[in-house]
Amino acid sequence: MPFTALAIAAAIAAAAPLLLITRLPPAVRGWAAAAVPFALFVGFATMLPGVAAGSIPTDVMRWVPSLGVELAFRVDGLSLLMALLITGIGAGVFAFSGRYLAGHPRQGRFLAVLALFMAAMLGTVTSDHLIALFVFWELTSLTSFLLIGFKGESERARAAALQALLVTGAGGLMLLAAALLLGQAAGTFRLSEIIAAGPALTEHPLAPAILVLLILAAFTKSAQAPLHFWLPNAMEAPTPVSAYLHSATMVKLGVYLLARFNPVFGGEELWTGALVTAGTATMLVGALLALRETDLKRVLAYSTVVALGTLVMLLGLQDPIAATAAMTFLIVHALYKASLFLVAGIIDHETGTRDATRLGGLARSMPVTAVVALAAGLSMAGLPPFVGFVGKELLYEAKLTHPVAPLLLVGAGVLANAAMVVVGGILSVRAFLGTPRGLETTPHDPPPEMLAGPAALAAGGVLFGLLPGTLGGWLVEPAVSAVMGSAAMGSATPAPLALWHGFTPVLGLSVLTLALGIAVFLRWEPLRRRMERWHLLDRHGPERGYTVALGGFQWLAAWQTRLIQPGSLRVYATVTLAVIAAATAAPMLFGGGIAVPAGWLDLTVYEAGAALLLMAGAVAAVVARGMLAGIMAVGVVGFGSALVFLLFGAPDLAFTQFAVEVLFIVILTAVLLKLPLREPEHRTRGQRRTDAALAVGVGSVGALVMLAVLASPFDPTLGAWFGAASVPEAHGRNVVNVIIVDFRALDTLGEITVLGLAGLAALAILKRRPQAPQGGA
Amino acid sequence: MEPLLAIAFGVILAASAYLILSRNVLRMVLGLILLGNAANLSIFLSGRLVGPTPPIVAAGIDALVAGAANPLPQALILTAIVIGFAFVSFVLVLVHRAYGALGTLDTEAMREAEPAHEPPQPTPVTSPAPRKEAA
Repeated sequence: MPFTALAIAAAIAAAAPLLLITRLPPAVRGWAAAAVPFALFVGFATMLPGVAAGSIPTDVMRWVPSLGVELAFRVDGLSLLMALLITGIGAGVFAFSGRYLAGHPRQGRFLAVLALFMAAMLGTVTSDHLIALFVFWELTSLTSFLLIGFKGESERARAAALQALLVTGAGGLMLLAAALLLGQAAGTFRLSEIIAAGPALTEHPLAPAILVLLILAAFTKSAQAPLHFWLPNAMEAPTPVSAYLHSATMVKLGVYLLARFNPVFGGEELWTGALVTAGTATMLVGALLALRETDLKRVLAYSTVVALGTLVMLLGLQDPIAATAAMTFLIVHALYKASLFLVAGIIDHETGTRDATRLGGLARSMPVTAVVALAAGLSMAGLPPFVGFVGKELLYEAKLTHPVAPLLLVGAGVLANAAMVVVGGILSVRAFLGTPRGLETTPHDPPPEMLAGPAALAAGGVLFGLLPGTLGGWLVEPAVSAVMGSAAMGSATPAPLALWHGFTPVLGLSVLTLALGIAVFLRWEPLRRRMERWHLLDRHGPERGYTVALGGFQWLAAWQTRLIQPGSLRVYATVTLAVIAAATAAPMLFGGGIAVPAGWLDLTVYEAGAALLLMAGAVAAVVARGMLAGIMAVGVVGFGSALVFLLFGAPDLAFTQFAVEVLFIVILTAVLLKLPLREPEHRTRGQRRTDAALAVGVGSVGALVMLAVLASPFDPTLGAWFGAASVPEAHGRNVVNVIIVDFRALDTLGEITVLGLAGLAALAILKRRPQAPQGGA
Repeated sequence: MEPLLAIAFGVILAASAYLILSRNVLRMVLGLILLGNAANLSIFLSGRLVGPTPPIVAAGIDALVAGAANPLPQALILTAIVIGFAFVSFVLVLVHRAYGALGTLDTEAMREAEPAHEPPQPTPVTSPAPRKEAA
């Protein structure tokens, strides 16, 4: 049985029972909620030996066979790494949320959406079909929207949810475009086949467009500068969401996408250049902005931006060491960041504040939390023996391999990592050691289910730090081979992970980073206050662009609605007539459609009289002042047409027309009894003039079309067929009647239906009693 | 005769367009009636006018004689006249009703559904970022 498909189905199915979780006592909710993610984590973990040995479990199921869309799941090293992060951190987050939100009436809904998100994430990282990948990708954006806006009563939460949805949704559209172009260029939507074809695809003329679209999709999702602004704002979400979606998993999807397509586009200069440039810029922007914040969650959010920039930059380096560093750092970051976010949630839960300037000395009242926070914070700072140290050493080693600007990258890296030291210090050393800063409440260590997740993640950080070889062999190397592509990996062996490399330049950089970080950490508060005054950043940053663009869109929508739908019948009629006339006239004037038939004078006196009657009636209808005169003039046109029908062999039409004209006059007169006959003309003189010009234009175009029709040769086939078939097939001699009741009987049934419905509707309107005039109308 | 009727068609069409643009609903209805007449005439003309013989198969023979009128446009127009009648009658009932409810025949004053003074307004964009106080 295909495990991956079952895992996704189980995550979706878990949403329903989670809706009812509030029926359980609060103390067991966390454990109950974590059951499914934990089981899935164990399930994926059992795949580790096989995948590390090189096997790639693949399941294919037909989904929309007529469109060639399949549900294909494929678990290689990269997918498995992501799946383990999603389910493992998921288990911790679910357990945490079971208790953290126990007092919230919509806790069930929260956990259900979280389960759907987990399913969508698993689907995105294991899909082997581009369309399915896109669908799951969009589902993560949608669930993220619901989770950020979970506190829907807060306006800021709503705005943040909308902002995240619009930014990542725009990226989703680019992913869709990229997927469709890729399918066209490669001839297949199967990801594995596209990857296997490798760099050959870059020869295709569509390749540059695909490349740019993929990069933009990844940059929106992974919050690369200048599109990073939605991520700190997404901190409006409940803390477990920030830990899970906006640091450990969803924001890594962009990195996943870039890593996935690296074997195809890795050789392109545009790809490597964009990744290295944007990644480095994002690192620096995040590092700078992280130091300005006081809200623990926003500090962490900007440090996530730093991490995402680092990952993107590493992927751009195209070196086995860089890929190893990227995959290692992906794990390292997920471990310490999710842990620190949950610690921030605990602090918020216990003290009622997330303001870093008000926190200190918490270790006395919450010792267990303090140990967890210190383990995670020191791993973030990159101190041995935590796995963060292993990751940071690799980062420097990778940057030194860059052929063009190793010093620039290393310099940026030192700054960014020093900021990580500061952030790690704020979250752990400053909040838990240091001096108490006067809180109203006495915090306590939270119940075990809230500590289980962060503690396990922090313990993982220590364990992997002590046993880097295990981390490398089981998780990192299989992922690296997926990032580099099998061809590139053939010759090079991935760099072995080690805690101690000896006295190398890299170690010197680590010491330098640490020293710089500690120096900034000690002077953080005055520095932060000074940086907070850089209002230029708030006024002219990329977020301002978002606000202006969104306001512009709304203005445009309102403007074009006013323009196209002014609510005036006259405007609608004018536009309709003008468009019809112009659209008909243009091809006739420029396409040579004007033609004039012969036989102008081929007519008798009474025929000419009928035609003159038609024209005179029409003109009279226009110039008539009163309504009675107008009705009579219109009647003249009706009788004129009846006369034409009579003269040219259509007596049935003539009789029907006569009857209808009489009925019209009866009905009109009946209606007019209730209406003012001499209502003044409301049009101004100018309006009348433009209306007359338009009317003459419409009439001229109509006459020209009619003349052109008459000048073209006539095909009598149909009329002749009906004339010949009428007697033998339908046994009727009046051919017109035979057509109506026999050959086209169904049309006649439709006509009768229209007549009946019009009668019924008229009856309904007339029978309704007039409403009492409503107030103010 | 055909070219002359084509001109007549144009004149009726122009008159109908002018009346439809009117602000008086009743005059618009007159325009609609004229538009129906013009449409019928155009179908009739497109089937060509051959002479006064109606499309009726004479006793003793099986098919229409050459020179009889084209039966197909006649069948179409017969349907069109009836539907046009139903349509205009319904519109007249609406006009009657609208006048009863609104007390006016001026189309510009009939703006219950799309009021002229309430153009759609853009909703203000709120920024989710916390406001930084000036220190």
